[in-house]
This record gives sequence, structure tokens and C-alpha cells, in this order.
Amino acid sequence: MTEQVLDAGEHHAPAANSGRRITVRPHRARSGLASSFKTPLWHRVAERTIAVLALAAIAAIALIFIFIAREAVPMFWEVEFAEEVEIRDLFFAKEWNGYDEPVFIWQPVGEPAKFNVVPLFVGSLKVTLLAMLMSVPLGIGCAMFIALYAPRAVREVVKPVIELLAGIPSVVLGFFALMVLASWAQATFGFHFRLNAVVAAIGLALTIVPVIFTIAEDAIQSVPQTLNEAALALGARKYQVALRVVLPAALPGIAAGVVLGFGRAIGETMIVLMASGNAAIMELFDFTTSVRTVTATIAAELGEVAQGDAHWRVLFLLGVMLFAVTFVLNIVGDLAIQRLQKKLTAES
Amino acid sequence: MRHTKKDWLLAGLTGISLAVILLLLAVLLGQIVWHGAPVISAEFLTEKPGADMISGGIWPAIYGTVFMTLLMTLAGVPVGIATAIFLSEYASPRSRIAKLVRIAVNNLAGVPSIVFGLFGLGFFIIFVGGSMDALFYDDPRPVWGKPSILWASLTLAVLTLPVVIVTTEEALRTVPRELRDASLALGATRFQTVYKIVLPNAKGGILTGVILAVSRGAGEVAPIIFCGAANFLPYLPTDLRDMFMHLGYHVYALATQSPNVDAARPTLFGTVLVLLVLTFSLNLLAVIIRARSRAALRP
Repeated sequence: MTEQVLDAGEHHAPAANSGRRITVRPHRARSGLASSFKTPLWHRVAERTIAVLALAAIAAIALIFIFIAREAVPMFWEVEFAEEVEIRDLFFAKEWNGYDEPVFIWQPVGEPAKFNVVPLFVGSLKVTLLAMLMSVPLGIGCAMFIALYAPRAVREVVKPVIELLAGIPSVVLGFFALMVLASWAQATFGFHFRLNAVVAAIGLALTIVPVIFTIAEDAIQSVPQTLNEAALALGARKYQVALRVVLPAALPGIAAGVVLGFGRAIGETMIVLMASGNAAIMELFDFTTSVRTVTATIAAELGEVAQGDAHWRVLFLLGVMLFAVTFVLNIVGDLAIQRLQKKLTAES
Repeated sequence: MRHTKKDWLLAGLTGISLAVILLLLAVLLGQIVWHGAPVISAEFLTEKPGADMISGGIWPAIYGTVFMTLLMTLAGVPVGIATAIFLSEYASPRSRIAKLVRIAVNNLAGVPSIVFGLFGLGFFIIFVGGSMDALFYDDPRPVWGKPSILWASLTLAVLTLPVVIVTTEEALRTVPRELRDASLALGATRFQTVYKIVLPNAKGGILTGVILAVSRGAGEVAPIIFCGAANFLPYLPTDLRDMFMHLGYHVYALATQSPNVDAARPTLFGTVLVLLVLTFSLNLLAVIIRARSRAALRP
């Protein structure tokens, strides 16, 4: 019998080398000879297994969404939940007893419990934006220096060192921010709170810089040398080439790095859990106060909550919202990278 | 080429940003080694912690981390390699299924680690474990439907899946197309080509990717907070249903929940150093293997 190739492979094998004139079609060309050869059963079993296992990533994404949502959505019809919390109060300000104006409060152990998610998202955004303000210039700066100025020897050393930084577990960075950075920052800047948004953001920046650096450096390197040379031949200075030719051409890639870094920062848990102070204060502009992020709230509170409680459902809802936010950011980042690739292949 | 002032300015500014990063990294590593190294001793590495969690050693945490990492590798790596083989060797890049798998992989890589924790709790512990309990046991106390080293490892296996897939696929792509063509032209089936030609040639690259993924999984704490890590356990996990101590979780718990953080400082720095040495030696191993396999691929 002839060999049984996987469906996808059978239909599309020639497309894989569409760039060449000569294509290889083994199963057609060989059908006469192969009749004397019997494919072992386990080869066919292995191929089927590979095809099934390849769907694991799709299954994982679907299962993650379904099983987090499954713990959250009963809030919309459960009587117990409605008795304790109004859905509206999760998102909008309310004038609670003892307050003279509508406020956003996250106070899950209060009486009555107040579950307003707005302060948590404000906290997440504050820390994330601050971390981006530090890491975007640093990451892009490093990438430009390595791609445009650094001698080969420096590049060969620095790239693995930054990979090393990316390999440090986030709990170690959180520990570093908590034990070392926090005291240093308080002594230097005189912060009123030892743990605050700034300290957490510095720790966070350490995880995002490698993300932005790697993608930005790739993007800068992938700008065709011909563009560079053409600009130099026209009499441009090196800094002009860097800022007006290379950087604009690499912009979609750099943007992708920034978007993916943002997604990483907003989802990061251990650093903010350990170094941000974790007070859920609704404070938009003061970055020296302690903040509580969405991720830290889930990590700190879920262990104390009984399964099926109102609090439990709200924490899983936070998970669903976080999942949705990072999902969108990822899609946007990927599209940006694809656009860059198309643009560059079209130009060269 | 002549350099003007603006050239130097740009080189200087970008160079400073690199210096800042390298300085922070140096301070971080320096502090941890400086304060951590004096704590490391044979007792620290091989003894159980005292009841206050500060005295004694961290052996159960080392054991738990390694045990969990091994389980995670066994569960996740074969699936990741299979996916990469499918994407690189079988599916056309234009087929809808390959596109879908790729989108899923990219998104999986971006899911926050704490969301994996919720997933482990909601799926593995409550749904899978809970269903197993309901089917096989009459006992109202949960047997499988509770946090354990098994569920924590499986959760982390899902988390590391995209890393394994992406790096393995890259490794497979470095195998020259001509080798595949030659093998197919000699009459080998596609599977024989993958199994006898592509995989042996990509071995080094695949191993590198696997080790990088494993080292990432070994250091993750957020997903295992509710899935099986224990604050303090006087015994070593022997059963898949046991909870376990973990180096990273130990650092988190000790640094944030200890009544006396100052007294815990030396233990903390020692534990962080052990965790760093563990992940860095995995990373270093990966770098060495990658360098060797690249050298081997050169004609």
C-alpha cells in the first residue's frame, strides 16, 4: 500500500516551497515503487498523534477562557450573589452609607462588602504606564545602541546578558524591589510610603526591557542595509540615517514590542504583589502612594475565599477581564509584526 | 565617516540606557550573591525548615521545585514538540489550521501567569479533580479535587507550552530544506524523514528550547499559589496528590507574610540565591548546547 500522509501535508505540501520552480511531490512520484514497502503501523499512529496534539494550544486557549468564565458568570443569575452585590456597583461609583458623595471602593471584607473594580484597574494602569515610561526609552535605546553603534564584540556579550535578565524569575525581581530598591528609593526620593507605584514600576521595568529590546533589536536589524546605504550615499549623517531612515522603517516592529511589553506588564503578578504596597486607593495622579493592581488582588485574595462566594465570582471576573485585555493586546502586537514583515519584504 | 556632535549625542544617549540596565542587573545579582552566599551551607541545602520557617534549611523547597519541574516537563514537552513538528513539517503555512494554531500559541504566550493560576484552579482542581472524586469516591472529603503537585505541574505545563513550541519550531527550521528533499527523493516517507533526518539534526536546538522553557516554568510562582504550593510542609511530597514547597513561593511567603522580616532576611537571600542558581544553570546549559549544535550544523 502507499504511505498515508497527513491530510494537511498531502494537500499543501507543494505550497510550502512556493518560492521555488521545482517542487517535490514524493507521494505521487513514488507510488509505483512504494507498493513493495509497507509503512509500519506505529508511523501512522505517530502521525495521527502529532496532528491531535497540535491542537492542544487551541484547546488550551479555549479551556482557559471557558473555565475562568464558568466561575464568574453565575453572578448574573445567582440569587445569593444578587443579595450581596449589585452588578452595577462593580463598575460605577456609589454613595455608600457614611460617604457624602459617590465613590469607587474595593473593600471586600467591609460590611457591606464593596467590590468596585475601577480602583484596581486604575492601580494596574498606573503601575504599567509608569513602568512603560521607564522601559520604552531604555529598551529602544539599548536596541539602537546594539544595532547601530556597538562593536560586534559588545553585541555578542550584551545580547546574552539581556537574555539573562529575561530569565530571572519575577519573584526574584519582586524580592529585589521589596528588599533593596524600596529602601534605596525611600532614602533617595523621600517617599512617604516605602512601597509604592514607583518602586513596583522600577521592578516591572526590569521584566519589560528585555521584551522591548529583543523585538526592537530584531526590527532594526531587519531593515534592509540598502536603505541605510542609500541614505548615506545621499550625504546623510549617521544620526540622520538612524533617526529618519532606520527608526521609521522599524517602527511597526518597535510598536509591536511596546504593545507586547504593555501586555506583559499589566499581567505581571509577583512584582506588584510584593512591591506595590497593595492598598486599594483611588488616586489618579499621585504615583508615590501605594497601589493595588488587578493581578495582585487575585493572587492575594483568592486563597482566603470560599468557592462560589460573591467575592470568588468577582475575582474570577477580574481574571476574565485581564484575559480579554491581554488577548486584544497580543492580537494587535502580532498584526503590527506581520505588517512590518510585509512592508519590508515589499521594499527590498 | 566624520561624526558630528549630534552623532555622539545619539550614541551617548543610547549607550547610557544600556549602561543603566547593566548597572541595575549588576546591583541585583551583586546584592543577592553578597547577602546570599554566606547563608549557603550543607545544612541549609539539606535540612528541613524549623517551625518558624526562618531557622533550618530549605531542602523540601528544593525537592518540591525539582519534582514539580520534572512532572511539568514530562507533561508539556512532548505536546509542544509534536505541535512544532506539525507546524513545521506537515501543515502548510497557509492552511487555516496552522494559522489557528499559531494564533493560539502566540496568545497563550501572552496570557498573564495569574490567569493560568485561575485556570488551574477552575479547570484541573475543580472540574477534573472534582469530577474524578464524584465518579470514583463516595468520601465527601476531596481526594483529587484539591491543590496538589500534579495540578500545579500540569498548569505550568500549559504555561510553558508556547515556549517549547516556538523554540522547537525555530530549531526545525534551521535544518536545511535540501536534507528533507534528499530523504524524500530516496523514497522515505514524510514521517521517516522527520524521524530519521529532521529530528536528529535539530536535536540541539530542540533541547535548548526545552531547557529554556523548563527554566521559565521552574521560577513561576503566581500560577501555583492556589494550585498546590504550600507555605510550610514538614514532609516531602511522595504522592501526586500531595502539596509541596517551592523555592519561589517560599521567597514570596517569607518576604510578605513573615512576622519578622528582618530576622528572615538571611534565609530569604539564601533561598533567592539557590533559585537563581537553579534557573541560571539551566539557562547556561541551554546556551552551551545551542553553541555546540550551531557549530555542528556548520559544514
